[in-house]
Amino acid sequence: MTDALLVLADGTTFEGEAMGAEVEVATGEVVFNTVLAGYQEVITDPSYAGQVIAFTYPHIGNYGISEADSESARPFCRGVIVRDLARRPSSWRSTVDLGTWLASHGVPGITGIDTRRLTRHIREAGSMPCAFGTAGETTLKEAAAAERGTDGIDLVSGVTTPVRYTVGDGPLRVVAFDYGIKRSILRILGEIATVEVVPADTPAPELLFNPPDGVFLSNGPGDPGAVGYAVGHIGTMLGQVPIFGICLGHQLLATALGGETYKLPFGHHGGNHPVKRVSDDAVEITSQNHSYAVEEGSLSDADVTHVNLNDGVIEGIRCRDLPAFSVQYHPEAGPGPHDARYLFKEFEDLMRSHKAGGGLY
Amino acid sequence: MPKRTDIKSILLIGSGPIVIGQASEFDYSGTQACRVLRDEGYRVILVNSNPATIMTDPEFADRTYVEPLDVDVVSAIIERERPDALLPTLGGQTALNLAIALAEAGVLDQYGVELIGASVEAIHTAENRERFKSAMTEIGLAVPASGFAYQLDEAEKVGDEVGYPVIVRPSFIMGGGGTGIAADGEELLRLAETGLAASPISEILIEKSIAGWKEYELEVMRDHADNCVVVCSIENLDPMGVHTGDSITVAPAQTLSDVEYQHMRDAAFACIRRIGVDTGGSNIQFAVDPTTGEMVVIEMNPRVSRSSALASKATGFPIAKIAARLAVGYTLDEIPNDITRMTPASFEPTIDYVVTKVPRWAFEKFPGTSGVLGTRMQSVGEAMAIGRTFPESLQKGLRSLEHGRWGLNCDPGEAALDPLDDDELVRRSAVATPDRPFQLEAALRRGITVERLHHATGVDPWFLDQIAQITEERAWLAGAGFAGMTRRDWRRAKRLGFADAQLAWLWGQDEGAVRAARLAAGVRPTFKTVDTCGAEFEATTPYHYSTYEDEDEAKGGQRPTVVILGSGPNRIGQGIEFDYCCVHASFALRDAGFETVMVNCNPETVSTDYDTSDRLYFEPLTFEDVMNVLDVEKEHLVGVIVSLGGQTPLKLAGRIPTELVLGTPPAAIDEAEDRERWSALCARLGIPQPEGGIAADLPAALRITGQIGYPALVRPSYVLGGRAMEIVYDDDGLARAMAELATFGSADQAGMAGSLGREGGLSAERPVLIDRFLEDATEVDVDAVRDATGEVLIGGIMEHVEEAGVHSGDSACAIPAPTLGAAVIQTIEGHTRAIAEALGVKGLLNVQYAVQRETVGGEPPRHNVYVIEANPRASRTVPFVAKATGVPLAKVAARVMVGATLAALRVEGVLKPPAPGTHVSVKEAVLPFNRFPDVDTLLGPEMRATGEVMGIGATFGLAFAKSQTAAGDRLPERGTVFLSLADRDKPGGLVAARRFVELGFALAATGGTAAYLQEHGVPVGEVVGKMGQPRSAVDLVASGEIDLVVNTPRGRGPRADGGYIRRAANVAGVPCLTTAAAALAAAGGIADWARHGLSVRSLQEYHEEGQQRLDL
Repeated sequence: MTDALLVLADGTTFEGEAMGAEVEVATGEVVFNTVLAGYQEVITDPSYAGQVIAFTYPHIGNYGISEADSESARPFCRGVIVRDLARRPSSWRSTVDLGTWLASHGVPGITGIDTRRLTRHIREAGSMPCAFGTAGETTLKEAAAAERGTDGIDLVSGVTTPVRYTVGDGPLRVVAFDYGIKRSILRILGEIATVEVVPADTPAPELLFNPPDGVFLSNGPGDPGAVGYAVGHIGTMLGQVPIFGICLGHQLLATALGGETYKLPFGHHGGNHPVKRVSDDAVEITSQNHSYAVEEGSLSDADVTHVNLNDGVIEGIRCRDLPAFSVQYHPEAGPGPHDARYLFKEFEDLMRSHKAGGGLY
Repeated sequence: MPKRTDIKSILLIGSGPIVIGQASEFDYSGTQACRVLRDEGYRVILVNSNPATIMTDPEFADRTYVEPLDVDVVSAIIERERPDALLPTLGGQTALNLAIALAEAGVLDQYGVELIGASVEAIHTAENRERFKSAMTEIGLAVPASGFAYQLDEAEKVGDEVGYPVIVRPSFIMGGGGTGIAADGEELLRLAETGLAASPISEILIEKSIAGWKEYELEVMRDHADNCVVVCSIENLDPMGVHTGDSITVAPAQTLSDVEYQHMRDAAFACIRRIGVDTGGSNIQFAVDPTTGEMVVIEMNPRVSRSSALASKATGFPIAKIAARLAVGYTLDEIPNDITRMTPASFEPTIDYVVTKVPRWAFEKFPGTSGVLGTRMQSVGEAMAIGRTFPESLQKGLRSLEHGRWGLNCDPGEAALDPLDDDELVRRSAVATPDRPFQLEAALRRGITVERLHHATGVDPWFLDQIAQITEERAWLAGAGFAGMTRRDWRRAKRLGFADAQLAWLWGQDEGAVRAARLAAGVRPTFKTVDTCGAEFEATTPYHYSTYEDEDEAKGGQRPTVVILGSGPNRIGQGIEFDYCCVHASFALRDAGFETVMVNCNPETVSTDYDTSDRLYFEPLTFEDVMNVLDVEKEHLVGVIVSLGGQTPLKLAGRIPTELVLGTPPAAIDEAEDRERWSALCARLGIPQPEGGIAADLPAALRITGQIGYPALVRPSYVLGGRAMEIVYDDDGLARAMAELATFGSADQAGMAGSLGREGGLSAERPVLIDRFLEDATEVDVDAVRDATGEVLIGGIMEHVEEAGVHSGDSACAIPAPTLGAAVIQTIEGHTRAIAEALGVKGLLNVQYAVQRETVGGEPPRHNVYVIEANPRASRTVPFVAKATGVPLAKVAARVMVGATLAALRVEGVLKPPAPGTHVSVKEAVLPFNRFPDVDTLLGPEMRATGEVMGIGATFGLAFAKSQTAAGDRLPERGTVFLSLADRDKPGGLVAARRFVELGFALAATGGTAAYLQEHGVPVGEVVGKMGQPRSAVDLVASGEIDLVVNTPRGRGPRADGGYIRRAANVAGVPCLTTAAAALAAAGGIADWARHGLSVRSLQEYHEEGQQRLDL
């Protein structure tokens, strides 16, 4: 394997070897993810657009790649950092090894990295831009310094569907705004509804002309502050149709409700985050992937329904007088625990009761 | 919800003696539970028969009963203490079974004791395989096709229905006792017979074998609010068919995609909810078909287990501690994560390293066993290793075993596989044995493909490819050569787990030169932290492992620091007792203001709990790994304690810089071990020794026996546990013993032989010791501590029940000595002081003596005291002495080693004056014969005990009887005693037989014994014949009409008959005593038990009473 370097924007350097698509220089914002399994789902999650994913678990690629596990048509991330890339995967489901698959999608990576040192560094210094590849240290340092990261950049437009399409055959009708939607969300929504997936900038009035039973606001990459157009549409729809948002969708709903968002020092990226459900104090182990969060106290018309037990971050909200709720984490899992799947049922119930003209629930 | 206030006192049941399948992991879990429950303000009452445990230290509970784990005994404790609740889920299967028995006997209801942690219903559903199976089917989880049998004929029918091969699993057993795989009806019948006998409810499950499927375990916790988390996933390297306790296991699971893993997680939660474990930890095992992903549930344990101890050490998530808190009403989110302090326990640990557990077996101790691994657990201990990758952790794990291997081959031991041709190598690797990993590497090195090996062994290709990376690197290193190594090359090799010793061997270099070159290249280990969270949050607990990365997280201490080297994996001869000593040293030194650092690799122990010491390094106990730790700690390092962890750290004493070794100097250790210098020392002190000499070959050995005569004791030097020790009666026997010793060390039968070589070997430097064997002598053990001023504290003088010749670790012993006179004791004390002084001991000293009674003419008998050996280190009996006398010997010794005087410790209150109690304490060995049905149960000079129990009573008889009950051989109160005595044992046996008759027992005996007894006026009801004759002794014992067997070997020659009788007793579960001394003790015990009845008292009461008597 070819020797490669990883250089962070602050100049910190790591030795490794190139993997995946071999490039001289790749850049992006580096984030760490703590899942033990589920690398394929993570890498294909469009929410990682603009980012370079460092896995904290050292062995990545052990069970190869199986098409059914992809969360989107292709990876949108800028690169992958691992301690040890499996050269020979083993699984009855696997069709190709991770390294070959990354190369086939043009995704560069670097292996052999002391990912624990990297993680500790990000934990202390915060997420930051990085550059990696087979180029020399000086070139990579310059590239890392020039990389803009994700703040203030509209990454959604790069991952949303250009055209509308329909999935699922459930009895209800849902319009899903694709800010970078994951297939596992569509799979679950598709069981309860016929889902029309629309581009992120689809104007609301167009949809409300023939109102669906519910609107879903998907996950997606980057800074919620950079997708103002989506916020406006959500504001228009609020109160008209039941709304359920996940991750970026949650942040956008909160923004539409007048709330504010902020960037976390190094985000939540993993499959083991404990979340407390305020209504009954039950604990859910959740799959998470977000760098931004909703500011506590910035919402006056919504209740906090879920709270992260590790750091108190708001993980879910529900409007007091309108049929809308959202969670910061990923109830669809993919990858991650299934503890929060009930939220899709709550969305279904909300749509049905709204349809029946009943109260909010 | 906060903790419950409606309960004030909690009874905790320990797991009893260390046996195969139930080891020190339950001391770890029980100790955690005791601490937590007391911290929460509950009154804790503990019962456990095992004195070598930390949990039975009087300071860990309000009332500590070292009593047999028996329904009658625990009922008496409940009656006395009236606990509000009983927590049965932290003491292994023993505690669970006892709790069920207490519930079913109505004792819990009678005294209003609430079972917390798991209900009777839940335990039954999990443990009763029929109910378990239907419960799983009910929630839609697949289980292997199976059926139950309660009788032999049913077994055959079920076998035919299910289809062969089948696996037999008895209900309500632990460690897989009585289980096995049957390929046909005939094999099934044989297994079913032992299986039905092993199950306390005579029920066996006959299950379609899914050998070859991948095996996984999930460690799950649940609180009363129904929050569930998975603490750890574990994948077995060996596929289904090998007991998980005998498998190399890896955490986390390596070859499951998230889709499959989440499916398993959902199933695990459904399982724990359906079984109804309200609070606490459970272990759930799954099998997955590698070709289709089909998943079945194998079993679940509704309690903490060996795997949960492993999971705790692997993740830093203290399952037992949290289970105890959940049992008293907390929910997971109310409990902080100890390691991060800022985050709650209601999460799932994520790790950024690979943990590999490797079992350690002791097949060499049990001739006649096959060494083949199966569904019945046979390992006696385990090592765990942490590395950033699987190859690194596997190599570290293998060198942690201390079986003389330095990693995955690339060492002298690998030559054993060279003679095998490729097909034979593959064929052997297909049968699971301790050698499998070495065979796999050797096969890959020969170019045999991953596919072929996967097909032959069922080991997943991912694991095989990881091993292949070690193989390829080795080939590269061999080609590159020592001189050509660059920094990157060193780093790559070390990252795959190669030890310096392996590289030195590969290149024909000296290990020191390799180490120096590597360090010169700038490649040194980095220590990472086990933090439950993959570095997402800051860790406050310094729990480290070494690896080769960029960043080192270990910081070393701020204050004077003492490094304590632990004892590595449990094995026969070196068990929990040494961990006890290390833990005590850590506690005592922390109390005295030192920072303590523990180095150990045994996941079962209290020493490897992350808060036992200031810092924990989970590392192999090799020179290289230990030096790495000393480098980190050097700034404030006071020294290293090598004398408390048994032979493991002691072997390193000579290589660690002498000025760093605390306590007795290594030179003195050598003086005691070196036969000639030791003899000279004894001669100088005027202390008699049995005559003897040293020999490296047979002619030299014959010259010695020519001088000293027979019988003679033959043993290799430098081994623990009497490895390969033998008593010989003539030249032929001597020749045989010498020949056997010469073949140890060579490894023609890889893995099986060679154990002695691994532990030291036979050579001119390590010769054989030959001593006159003192027949009918009483063996005495002394534990003492000497300080730097020369004051010697005699901790305890233990008189053995079995005569000299039975290994001290297999013999029962008593404090105070029941038969030794004051003069003898005085002599022994005097000798001990003189030896301690002469060796310059600073710390613990154990001396063994043999006391022989000599009658010359009409004079009163004389007692000659011979010294057998002295070891200036912690002995196996230190915890027993501490429990019996209340003197914390290990703590005192640790303080003395860092300079405290006994006088100062008295002032400080650490050392209280010895308290003259009125009780007698008996320690009894517990032997694993039920695991090895084909092995002779005769006791001898080679130690085979895995654990020990303690009985305490007002008389020796009572204490002995309790110790027998605790060891699982409850002495009968009535019935028939069968005797078969060697001529030399007949006089002693006669006394015992008379007492049995006085106590109302009927006697049965073999011809010669019966004649002797009748001749002396003792009636014998039934006389049986030899083997082969109608109604032989074996038939009688097997018939179930016998309640106690006394069988002593005939003249120590060929002893086929005796062997069969003892084996029959073993299989039938009849207590069997193999010495006349033990028979006499048993008769005394039965008499005292009948006279005094059962009484129980706590250690605190015994010790307080002693102190009070002293004050008067």
